[in-house]
Amino acid sequence: MSKFELNRRSLLKSSAAGLLGLSAAGLPRLASAAGLTAGIVYVGPRDDFGWNQAHAVAAAALKEVPGVTVVEEENVPETIAVQKSMESMINLDGAELIFATSFGYYKPFVLDLAAKYPDVQFRHAAPLWTDADPKNAGSYFGYLDQAHYIDGVAAGLSTTTNKLGFVAAKPIGTVLRNINSFLLGAKKVNPDATVQVIFTGEWSMPVREAEAANALVDAGCDVLTCHVDGPKVVIETAESRGIKCCGHNASQAPLAPKGFITGAEYKWATIYKMFANDLAEGKTLPNFTGGGFDVDFVQSTPYGAGASEAAIAAADAARADVKAGKPIFTGPINKQDGTPLLAAGASLDNYDPSLDQTDYLIEGVVGSIT
Amino acid sequence: MFEDSALATVLLAMFAGAIRVSTPFLFVSLGETLTEKSGRINLGLEGTLVFGAMSGYAISYHTGSPWLGVLVAGLCGSCFGALHGYLCKLPKVNDIAIGIALMLFGTGLAFFFGKAYIQPQAPRLPSISFGFWTDMPALRQALEINPLFLLGIVLAFVLWWGLKNTRWGLTVRTTGDSAPAALALGINVNQVRLLSTMVGGFFAGVGGSFLSLYYPGSWTEGLSSGQGLMAVALVIFARWNPLYCFLAALLFGAAGALGPALQSIGISRGYHFFNAAPYIMTLLIMIASTSPKRSLKGAPGELSITK
Amino acid sequence: MVDVTKADRMAVGQGSALADTLDRFRRSSEFVIMPILALIVSGLLFSIFLLALGKSPADFFSLVWRGGFGTSFSWQNTLVRSSPLIFTALCVAIPARLGLVIIGGEGALVLGGFAAAAIAIPMIPWAPSFLLLPVMALAAIIAGGIWIGLVGALRHYRGVNETIASLLLFYIAVSILNFFVEGALRDPSDPNKPSTMPIGRDNMIGAIPGTDVHWGLVFGIVLATLLYLLMNRTTFGFAARITGGNLRAAQAQGLPVGKLMVISCAIAGACAGLAGFFEVAAIHGKANASLIAGYGFTGILVSFLARHNPLVIVPVAIFLGGIAASGGLIQRRMDLPDATVLVLQGLIFVVLLVSETFYGRLPFFRSKGDL
Repeated sequence: MSKFELNRRSLLKSSAAGLLGLSAAGLPRLASAAGLTAGIVYVGPRDDFGWNQAHAVAAAALKEVPGVTVVEEENVPETIAVQKSMESMINLDGAELIFATSFGYYKPFVLDLAAKYPDVQFRHAAPLWTDADPKNAGSYFGYLDQAHYIDGVAAGLSTTTNKLGFVAAKPIGTVLRNINSFLLGAKKVNPDATVQVIFTGEWSMPVREAEAANALVDAGCDVLTCHVDGPKVVIETAESRGIKCCGHNASQAPLAPKGFITGAEYKWATIYKMFANDLAEGKTLPNFTGGGFDVDFVQSTPYGAGASEAAIAAADAARADVKAGKPIFTGPINKQDGTPLLAAGASLDNYDPSLDQTDYLIEGVVGSIT
Repeated sequence: MFEDSALATVLLAMFAGAIRVSTPFLFVSLGETLTEKSGRINLGLEGTLVFGAMSGYAISYHTGSPWLGVLVAGLCGSCFGALHGYLCKLPKVNDIAIGIALMLFGTGLAFFFGKAYIQPQAPRLPSISFGFWTDMPALRQALEINPLFLLGIVLAFVLWWGLKNTRWGLTVRTTGDSAPAALALGINVNQVRLLSTMVGGFFAGVGGSFLSLYYPGSWTEGLSSGQGLMAVALVIFARWNPLYCFLAALLFGAAGALGPALQSIGISRGYHFFNAAPYIMTLLIMIASTSPKRSLKGAPGELSITK
Repeated sequence: MVDVTKADRMAVGQGSALADTLDRFRRSSEFVIMPILALIVSGLLFSIFLLALGKSPADFFSLVWRGGFGTSFSWQNTLVRSSPLIFTALCVAIPARLGLVIIGGEGALVLGGFAAAAIAIPMIPWAPSFLLLPVMALAAIIAGGIWIGLVGALRHYRGVNETIASLLLFYIAVSILNFFVEGALRDPSDPNKPSTMPIGRDNMIGAIPGTDVHWGLVFGIVLATLLYLLMNRTTFGFAARITGGNLRAAQAQGLPVGKLMVISCAIAGACAGLAGFFEVAAIHGKANASLIAGYGFTGILVSFLARHNPLVIVPVAIFLGGIAASGGLIQRRMDLPDATVLVLQGLIFVVLLVSETFYGRLPFFRSKGDL
């Protein structure tokens, strides 16, 4: 099975990797997708070495699909502007499939438009869709924390100080989850590893990201990774300080020819092409599509010069495990304040919905979210 | 041990931050000091800074020489300065408004032409290691100093001395203090202001190239986040004294390093306010140091913002 | 400048009433024709820019027309974008009458929106919307008013430069918003976009019937009209203009300059605060970092283009809203970056400011008596 569709509610009951289908309502206008126009909206510049670039790479792949026209708009803020941009794509370009790629686009903008244009399919890049939302809307998501877990495994074997650094934008759910998974990966191979995190408070703030990276190196961290919109500055700072680094969102390997280990990357192209093909075949699009390594929605950046033999072997093995459904969150795990998250022997499935609601850091992370 | 003290870590980080972050502030505020001393204010230096960052990066990428990038960034800056200086001499054209317009225009042009340079990696400026005597890695790193920083210090002294003791310094000051007096002395007021704004623009362009070519060292659209405007604020704060500009830039850089440094020793509560520390500090110092009764010491009499 | 003085009339001589009216009309027309000329010049300069890049100016301007004004959808797109600009431009225009340049209206917008959302939190469970919305609006007005009023007070009582102070306060406003939205006032049900509690769909301000433009636009136009009357038809406005014309003369005449400054700035902040209120109550339904969308900064441009005249702000805001609305279409159809709109805006801004210098200097607009 090359893809799966999952309903988050039923997933609670299903212990398998969540292969429960949930289909959308019919697509009257799209019986044949000859000449499908897809509109993609980005929140930042398309070539930011990060989140937006990851989507733009997929958009480029989508353009290769015969019969598909792609219209794109970048630097669209999470305000009424995005609603109007999407509406303009529908009204003036005839877009029938909209990819809204920034978190804040969903509520209320995508939801409002989905209700207003029932013939247009809207897909949004975060696990937010619920049964109560319009049937022509939906979510797609890559669970990047799986790839951060692999980064953690490689990083845990690359550190000599046992201190890993994480430059994070804001203390929100997906960011916290990535930090936690990164630490769990490192701890799996190196029980002494800790992750020190610094929040910059903004998704894109290059000078402060560089300051944060330097502060982490000064504090003794010898492997850096990050979760900000454009990781370019963090990776370059790590390289210039002569330490190792792991990437985020897109490939930053060329930015750190000496110290790059591997990186956590999305592979949105899998999803975008899948949607286009589904429409071409007259199939209905799933309302909720999500996954990780198992369905090729995320990937690890090819190893760089910073990756040792041991790190490569351990990371490859860990990736095979995750792909096979082996859980990342296995007890005993305590939250930062010492309260237990998982008892010894207990574990959380990699797609457990409670992980989407992460509002804590786990023990071993230095730095707080308040 | 010294290294173990959390306070020492923060102080060291602020020291390092002051050296790393202050250079653009220093250059822009020195340039603005000169411009304002001649009696005009140029708020457009934010746009100049951003354009300088972009053009410096682009030139460094194409030619492989970051120093050529710095030069071109400066030249582009003086073009913007010339535009400002020329337009403001027209009657009824307001220098503050033109500055705001040029800020928008310069930023727009930089973003427009800068799209092609977000991806490529350009050669960056080298640094000089002054930390050979210590084996503390953090201190050694803090003493990795960019030549532009040193150049900025020299420039501050030259400007300070020159404004005070040379003939052109006197000309600039006279023009800024009283245009009628300058005219009476046979000074071409508009030309002095044009040149002062052009030189100011050159410095601002160089300051921008530091951002893209040294620290943080790449071109992105969010690179400046208002640094050019803040540098203009620092001029008032520094009382139009180039040496104080240097201190103000250091202080501002140090305050900017406070947020990440505190988080690195585990203090994150209210990190938004620590990140806003440079702005809060600037405002408080401005409130404490100004007075409505007398005009500021060192303030050029012709300057529209101090009238 | 528009007023025809007695001396002028006498110089014109005993000409017919018609000639007099025509003359007067011709001279007032300067204020309409000059900006239009400036726009044409900016358009020409921008065309040269496009030609140099190998793009077609004709395509460009027809796309601006199509995306901003050509269809009913485009019009609604334009109007909905112009609504916040009217408020934030008023925040620049009112203090400008006193000679103050405020560039931190964005801060008042952010805090106004935040105050509106924050005061709503305890009221959401019980308050009906006809009570909730006015209270929110009031909170926004107070928060914004205090924020920019503080700038005016600092200027008058401490001599702190208002341009810089308002900018610094913008950064501080953003940190206040983020602190509360990510902390004490965070809605725990939304872990991924730190926001305050939503005020609820039913409580939100709806659209003007037949459109999807929210009522903020209408309020903006009414407010602009009221402020026009305040600044041009009342003693307050007269005193403000005298102060703006010559501060020392105003002080010598015993005008309460400090009060005028603080009140004008407070009114300005209240306008920007209302922009934040409408963002919360009509668009987002809650306060979060999306409030920082740059409307405050575009408002500076709008106000300067309108020469700080509250009534002229409305069409200028619509004009710039239209350019912004067409920006997306230009990106998609012409493969030009989003910054194209910034370049065009900057160019128009520069040319319009330069056109100031020609007022009263072109012979056509002069009264015969002046020649």
